[in-house]
Amino acid sequence: MSQRPISSAQASLTEAAQKRILILDGAMGTMIQRHKLEEEDYRGTQFADWHCDVKGNNDLLVLTQPDIIYQIHCDYFEAGADIIETNTFNATTIAMADYDMQAQSRDINLAAAKLARKAADEFTAKTPEKPRFVAGVLGPTNRTASISPDVNDPGKRNVTFDELVEAYSESTEALIEGGVDLIMLETIFDTLNAKAAAFAVESVFEKLGRFLPVMVSGTITDASGRTLSGQTAEAFYYSMRHINPFSFGLNCALGPDLLRQYVDEVANVSECFISAHPNAGLPNEFGEYDMEGPEMAEHIKEWAQSGLVNIVGGCCGSTPEHIRDIANAVKGIAPRQLPEFEPKMRLSGLEPFVH
Amino acid sequence: MSAEFSTFINIGERTNVTGSARFKRLILEGDYETALDVARQQVENGAQIIDINMDEAMLDSKQAMITFLNLIASEPDISRVPIMIDSSKWEIIEAGLKCVQGKAIVNSISLKEGEEIFLNQAKLIKRYGAATVVMAFDETGQADTQARKVEICQRSYKLLTEEVGFPPEDIIFDPNIFAVATGIEEHDNYAVDFIEATREIRKTCPYSHISGGLSNISFSFRGNNPVREAMHSVFLYHAIRAGMDMAIVNAGQLEVYDEIPAELRDAVEDVILNRRSDATERLLDIAPNYQGDGKAAAKEDLSWREQEVNKRLEHALVKGITDYIIEDTEEARQQAERPLHVIEGPLMDGMNVVGDLFGEGKMFLPQVVKSARVMKKAVAHLQPYIEEEKSDDAKSNGKILLATVKGDVHDIGKNIVGVVLQCNNFEVIDLGVMVPAATILQTAKDENVDMIGLSGLITPSLDEMVHVAKEMERQGFDIPLLIGGATTSKAHTAVKIEQNYHAPVAYVPNASRAVGVCQRLLNKASRDIYAQELAKEYDTVREQHARKKPRSKPVTLEQARENAFKPDFTTLPVKPASLGVTPVTADLATLRNYIDWTPFFLTWSLAGKYPRILEDEVVGEQAQSLFNDANAMLDKIIEENSLQAKGVIGLFPANRVNDDVEIYTDESRNQVQGVAHHLRQQTLKDKFANYCLADFVAEKSSGINDYVGAFAVTGGIGEDELADSYIQAGDDYNGIMVKAVADRLAEAFAEYLHEQVRKHYWGYAANESLSNEELIREKYQGIRPAPGYAACPEHTEKQLIWDLLSAEQHTGMKLTESYAMWPGASVSGWYFAHPDSKYFAVAKIQADQVEDYATRKGWTLEEAEKWLGPNLSD
Repeated sequence: MSQRPISSAQASLTEAAQKRILILDGAMGTMIQRHKLEEEDYRGTQFADWHCDVKGNNDLLVLTQPDIIYQIHCDYFEAGADIIETNTFNATTIAMADYDMQAQSRDINLAAAKLARKAADEFTAKTPEKPRFVAGVLGPTNRTASISPDVNDPGKRNVTFDELVEAYSESTEALIEGGVDLIMLETIFDTLNAKAAAFAVESVFEKLGRFLPVMVSGTITDASGRTLSGQTAEAFYYSMRHINPFSFGLNCALGPDLLRQYVDEVANVSECFISAHPNAGLPNEFGEYDMEGPEMAEHIKEWAQSGLVNIVGGCCGSTPEHIRDIANAVKGIAPRQLPEFEPKMRLSGLEPFVH
Repeated sequence: MSAEFSTFINIGERTNVTGSARFKRLILEGDYETALDVARQQVENGAQIIDINMDEAMLDSKQAMITFLNLIASEPDISRVPIMIDSSKWEIIEAGLKCVQGKAIVNSISLKEGEEIFLNQAKLIKRYGAATVVMAFDETGQADTQARKVEICQRSYKLLTEEVGFPPEDIIFDPNIFAVATGIEEHDNYAVDFIEATREIRKTCPYSHISGGLSNISFSFRGNNPVREAMHSVFLYHAIRAGMDMAIVNAGQLEVYDEIPAELRDAVEDVILNRRSDATERLLDIAPNYQGDGKAAAKEDLSWREQEVNKRLEHALVKGITDYIIEDTEEARQQAERPLHVIEGPLMDGMNVVGDLFGEGKMFLPQVVKSARVMKKAVAHLQPYIEEEKSDDAKSNGKILLATVKGDVHDIGKNIVGVVLQCNNFEVIDLGVMVPAATILQTAKDENVDMIGLSGLITPSLDEMVHVAKEMERQGFDIPLLIGGATTSKAHTAVKIEQNYHAPVAYVPNASRAVGVCQRLLNKASRDIYAQELAKEYDTVREQHARKKPRSKPVTLEQARENAFKPDFTTLPVKPASLGVTPVTADLATLRNYIDWTPFFLTWSLAGKYPRILEDEVVGEQAQSLFNDANAMLDKIIEENSLQAKGVIGLFPANRVNDDVEIYTDESRNQVQGVAHHLRQQTLKDKFANYCLADFVAEKSSGINDYVGAFAVTGGIGEDELADSYIQAGDDYNGIMVKAVADRLAEAFAEYLHEQVRKHYWGYAANESLSNEELIREKYQGIRPAPGYAACPEHTEKQLIWDLLSAEQHTGMKLTESYAMWPGASVSGWYFAHPDSKYFAVAKIQADQVEDYATRKGWTLEEAEKWLGPNLSD
């Protein structure tokens, strides 16, 4: 069992990542907002009679407005992205329950993967020397397995590990069936949710006999330097290290200025590639992101020059313009070299413990 | 402890129903609250991992494991360490693994039921992301001899690493610790078997670890804790040297090997190492001599008192201990040739150690301020002797003048900077608060200072700093200028101050930077290099600033007004229960419950959210100690009644007229008592309105009777006197603490009073019930924006509040010429009650609004530009 088959995508991804800094796409939500879609747009023809409002269910758009999503993927490739993320951030059965669309979860994941696949294949055909990849996104869901929803009952949970494994397994299978090259666990704010996702992904890989690279990306919620569930960045890495991630990194919540120190922290302890896709600054008082592409690119360029990163992109508020600026800024800068560490037992609670 | 001990891991054993009768009783009774305390004590006593075991026949063990682990997840002081999930049932282990977000250890799996089950469990453990303990147990039974232990562990190792791909560093072998001195001869060599097996396993199974349950070894001496503890530490002493690197122990109960009485240690060693056949009898003979209740309670460690005097001074400075400083300083003085030598010698050496530790991030600001307190006491003791000698002044690092600029009364940050600089042997001349430029510059000349540091908290102070810089240039100064304080920034320094003065202007973001900046500026050579660096940095900042185009386009005032926020007034505004002006007080014991502590820590340059900051791995200890000191100060203030909280509120009939709010003398609304002038956001808004605070009040033409409120509170009546009394006594630490605490009390008072207003005085939310946390997060209806802050940034509006409330008459609070409030620990603002009212930032406004505002206020355009400075578009 110790020798796993390596997919050809993984081989060419690894090869590319060793040569240069790879570019991830930017925000999907920000781009969708530009279309100012209304309830009927979200419903499309398929869900014209759906029994509850679906406006805001961005993942549903892969079924009802596939052209818009497809175009956004193309815009990001056009801007220089090597890897795009499927529009499935909320597509698990658990998150889809908000719209009573648990039953549509599989279709959405499958369609999202296919749309992204189509865009990637087209761009790869245009420039075969720069192969494009699709990351199947597993979002955090809207529930937390290690935080109580009720302050008066700290032992209470609104989701269990097993429920998460079931939901993530279903999404993962559909994403792989739709043709993704890798799996990405993104915006992790509760590590236990992510451990369930990792468990699901590993189990699905084993079942299908196909092992895709896995990207793990967590979220440091504020200046405390911890995830929402209280772990430091290093402790969080030790909690996820067992799946031998292709890359490990951080995204969302903070702009590049505030995120830097935590990227530095994980770059110091991770044996795998480092990814980072920060927000375009912090939201202003109206929830808008103010940081423009050149400024964001300036920060990320400095990370690259300091040897911190292998994969960079943008999260909330970023656009193809941001990605273009970032791609130009890191062009020609050598990616971070993978370090080797002495084998030690690396445990964690909220804090790391190395022995 | 020896070096070997330092890499040895203690695993807490008390949260185990099979090992602790008390824990078992707590769990059986469902008293999880107290059971959590047991876990917490383990961690506090030094357990680096905690073992949790719920294997008990009378219990739903699986559910107990889930419940306890979920509860631990909500206790950061417990869950900061990794968990060891301990059970003999796989089902319970697996349930436990589904509850922990960290990387845990499973305790345990073994070959007891064959390879297939063993491998399957190992594979799942890996997938759950945990390390595991592997017992030396196979299909034929538990290993007792050295050979069997080694054989089973090696076989397990090979299977795990080769079949499952289990990382060898995540394997912990437990080669079984069995009881010795049982009187059964076959048991005599058990300890030696374990120790020797350990040596061999560590050699042949690279990266793996060895652990064991320590208390088994002494099982036959139950009831005699001193002997048991001696056996544990002797066993560990030898096992650790053989390669045992973890053990499940009661971390609070381990005797230090070297401190075991020689007779007992020898007898125990004979037993553990199986050195003589009568070892057990001999230990049994002497055991009753040691029967007792274990160790004496831990005493304060005073061993440092035995060092020579210079080392004692250093220790006192580093640890901030004032108890012995006078006697030690006196002893040093008697030994020294001249009293000044004590300062220049041991005291400065000690402070240099403090400075180095601080520079390396090993000490934190509150500790340094405590060190300064010790230093001051020592110097105060020496002062009369030095004066008697009439010697020259001690040579200081440099002379620095500090002042809070004219119109501003805030000085906590400046005082901290002053203390830190003094610690580093700078001479500090502190001119206090509200210091006019002329005084600053005259003193700088008279005292021939090496640099000037300006501080300020409110926005008008920024202009005053620009003014001081211009004056320095005009008067031909050549010394560096330092800029600090909450509203200052690198951008403002670069864009507004630096180009007005040719000598270096350094922005100092916080107190911990002050020393480095001053040192670089004092040395001629480094000053030039630093000046160049600064100039370059400011150029970059200016360029960035110039390039920064606003994300949103400006709109005209007319357009902004068209897009005003239009709240729903179908539910009519609630008429306040008590209209008019009401003076209020609150007792400090109540207010302390309303304190938001997070900004308090920020004052001391400790960043992090309360209460989590108390557990922070870097600053947690300091934060806790600071928090204790603050609470002790609060206790004292409350007991001695040395600070008073005073305030006044007013609730008035009011209506909106454009962007103004007319406030009427009474419900007839005929006579205008005052007009509040508000500013409107002036950038292009897409989904939102262009907000102005006036929007939250019903328009006069609507005929709806609406209301607004105003308040002014202080927590600091008496703060200057109290702080001064500490500073006079050489205790700057508590001097600063008084003001920091008074500041929090003022904010707490504002929060408390707002609640009282919502529930009683105005009464529009009579049934509200919120926790302090929810209050801090502002989860209530209505807002209380303060003039000078984002939603109403123009400071002169405070005058209206003062007039409406007769604030000075009721509370003694005053306004300075820059509209800073005195005492410093004060808060004032408006109340708006509409459910849709919310905080926002006015941000940049355009020339048309400046003109309009000038007209409304009866100002010239210049006056308007002066007061609206921070909001003008560049």
